[in-house]
Amino acid sequence: MFKDLSKFGKYLGQAAKLMVGLPDYETYVAHVRATHPEMPVMTEVEFFRNRQDARYGSGRSGGCC
Amino acid sequence: MNFVSKHAIWWLLMAVGVFSLGTVALSRGETINALWIVTASISIYLIAYRYYSLFIADKVMQLDPTRMTPAVRHNDGLDFVPTKTPILFGHHFAAIAGAGPLVGPVLAAQMGYLPGTLWIIVGVVLAGAVQDFMVLFISTRRDGRSLGDLVKTELGLVPGIIALFGTFMIMVIILAVMSLIIVKALATSPWGTFTVAATIPIGMFMGIYVRFLRPGRVAEISVIGFVLLIAAIIFGGQVSQSATLAPMFTFDGKQLTWMLIGYGFIASVLPVWLLLAPRDYLSTFLKIGTIAGLAIAMIFVAPDLRMPAVTQFVDGTGPVWSGSLFPFIFITIACGAVSGFHALISSGTTPKLLDNEKNARLIAYGGMLMESFVAIMAMVAASIIDPGVYFAMNSPPAIIGKTVESAAQVVSQWGFVITPDILIQTAKDVGENSILSRAGGAPTLAVGMAQIFSKVIGGPAMMAFWYHFAILFEALFILTAVDAGTRAGRFMLQDLLGTFMPSFKKISSWPSNLVATALCVAAWGYILYQGVVDPLGGINSLWPLFGISNQMLAGVALMLCTVVLFKMKRQRYAWVTILPAAWLVICTLTAGWEKVFHTSPKIGFLALADKFQAALDKGEVLAPAKSLEQMQQIIFNNHLDAGLTVFFIFVVVSILLYSIASCWKALHEDKTTSCEVPYEAMPGVKA
Repeated sequence: MFKDLSKFGKYLGQAAKLMVGLPDYETYVAHVRATHPEMPVMTEVEFFRNRQDARYGSGRSGGCC
Repeated sequence: MNFVSKHAIWWLLMAVGVFSLGTVALSRGETINALWIVTASISIYLIAYRYYSLFIADKVMQLDPTRMTPAVRHNDGLDFVPTKTPILFGHHFAAIAGAGPLVGPVLAAQMGYLPGTLWIIVGVVLAGAVQDFMVLFISTRRDGRSLGDLVKTELGLVPGIIALFGTFMIMVIILAVMSLIIVKALATSPWGTFTVAATIPIGMFMGIYVRFLRPGRVAEISVIGFVLLIAAIIFGGQVSQSATLAPMFTFDGKQLTWMLIGYGFIASVLPVWLLLAPRDYLSTFLKIGTIAGLAIAMIFVAPDLRMPAVTQFVDGTGPVWSGSLFPFIFITIACGAVSGFHALISSGTTPKLLDNEKNARLIAYGGMLMESFVAIMAMVAASIIDPGVYFAMNSPPAIIGKTVESAAQVVSQWGFVITPDILIQTAKDVGENSILSRAGGAPTLAVGMAQIFSKVIGGPAMMAFWYHFAILFEALFILTAVDAGTRAGRFMLQDLLGTFMPSFKKISSWPSNLVATALCVAAWGYILYQGVVDPLGGINSLWPLFGISNQMLAGVALMLCTVVLFKMKRQRYAWVTILPAAWLVICTLTAGWEKVFHTSPKIGFLALADKFQAALDKGEVLAPAKSLEQMQQIIFNNHLDAGLTVFFIFVVVSILLYSIASCWKALHEDKTTSCEVPYEAMPGVKA
């Protein structure tokens, strides 16, 4: 049960982060390692700043009315 | 499993839904409980989801779980990420839910709760959710491209540019009307103004913290920010009592307008991490939390509806906004029933995160049903407060006067008996000097929410806190929308102007950045200003403009969907999008026509301009103008509003003609002509 609860908590955290435009860092790292091993992986801080700029820097509509 | 046992539970649900809706619709004279509306809407949503959205998924779209989605094809861990459905649902819902579904139903409540409730329920099932679902499907099959791009590729370059101009103007109107809601809520309210102003330093502190001090700790800083917000609300109560501080935060509508315009300009040229991003965290989490809290509290409190099911104002003489039930209720409630803006979200980030086509049904159709439920809650919140208070809060001073005595007298004459004492007491309960003429939805909703929340936590003593909490909750995401929207408008403008002057296209160039921002702020700022000085209170002219433009965008999106169905050779299912598209075109064209040409000055822009012109010719000054220049101004503003409406009519008619031509052409082709990305098998999924 505790395993389920921690899994639920993890999902909840991911959902909350994606609501404000932050995808999961671990997923990103796993993806780069698996498919582009030659490319540098951003650190967690770089990743955060990259996503922050991407969400707001390119003219998003700002949600619904 | 046999047919009966498979469907029996749904038939039962259908019976519950029909019975609840019957109770809501047929009760006359006696008050009914809000839970009837809640039950009716939820059961109808579930049935629509189970049957209608399945029909659309299986027959109309023929969703293919073996087909690769853009998230899988372009997976980069950043913009394109295959995302689990519950997580993506949260993202999508947070993006579509905003002020719209909260404000529209409150304004529509002047006709009683029934017409608006029916439109919210029927509209979402047949129009709003269909649009969101179809656009997500179409965009997913085209690598997650945006609505403007889709119109360009499926309909042609000219309709694409028309749609782009239309979208820019819609953005301007939305920013103006959202700002107007804030102005109406904060005028002469030191408590509200203080708490909203406090979000600026709080946001900046959060921004610096999460960017430099503890980078990426979003949850941590959001909790800190939330605590600071609550502290700001509590301290705001002290501010409003203080003889020295209160005047510092007391402003009239015009002053607030200038402050908002200045704010909009500065906030949208600041680096995004400093103010926009952190306040977006706060507003998003507060929005989701408050909506969930309201849903739970509403079921727990189970309030009675005090507004009649239908009021005499269905004939078009309403004080909040003028115009008869058809077409105006269908444009007053946009978000919650159907909203064109969602087409931009469904063709924005969501298609880039969809892990499998088959999940589009829950995310888009299901997400929109949930947004519709938010609109139902707003309708309930507006209908549980004393109707006399509702009308005193939402009618302009030109109709009810400026004192509680005159307001109580006029509103009582309409049949909603109220005494001046109750109006004074209500203002006192929520910690305000006056609640008269605060049209715009937010304050009324805040009173309704305060009544519900205070029954759960705190009792009457907490009413004022909950009122300002509700105001802050709305102001927060409206301000986020104002600076995100100004930025988006600026990029659109740079793009459009760049077509003629290439130097404008450079997003990083400071001069063109500042010029485009200034133009964008000036555009919405001017419309906001004219709303604030409008003789009929602003909402009467601006909300229909917003509704017409937003519903027209929905019409454009649904016409695009129709064209795509024809191009896919699925025209026999095209009624699914033709039906709502036709209804929206009929409603918006009728409403647009009436707003321009109606002979009553309360409805028609030109009639109002003529009335002021006639007075001006005689050298008279009509209220609220105080000089002949202001008379000129009002005449000009109404001509401008008429011009904008004509522009929107032009947009929808031209897209309609282009769509018909494209459908006709596709019908005579003997193969499919839509521009889908060719089929690629999803790795790891068996056909």
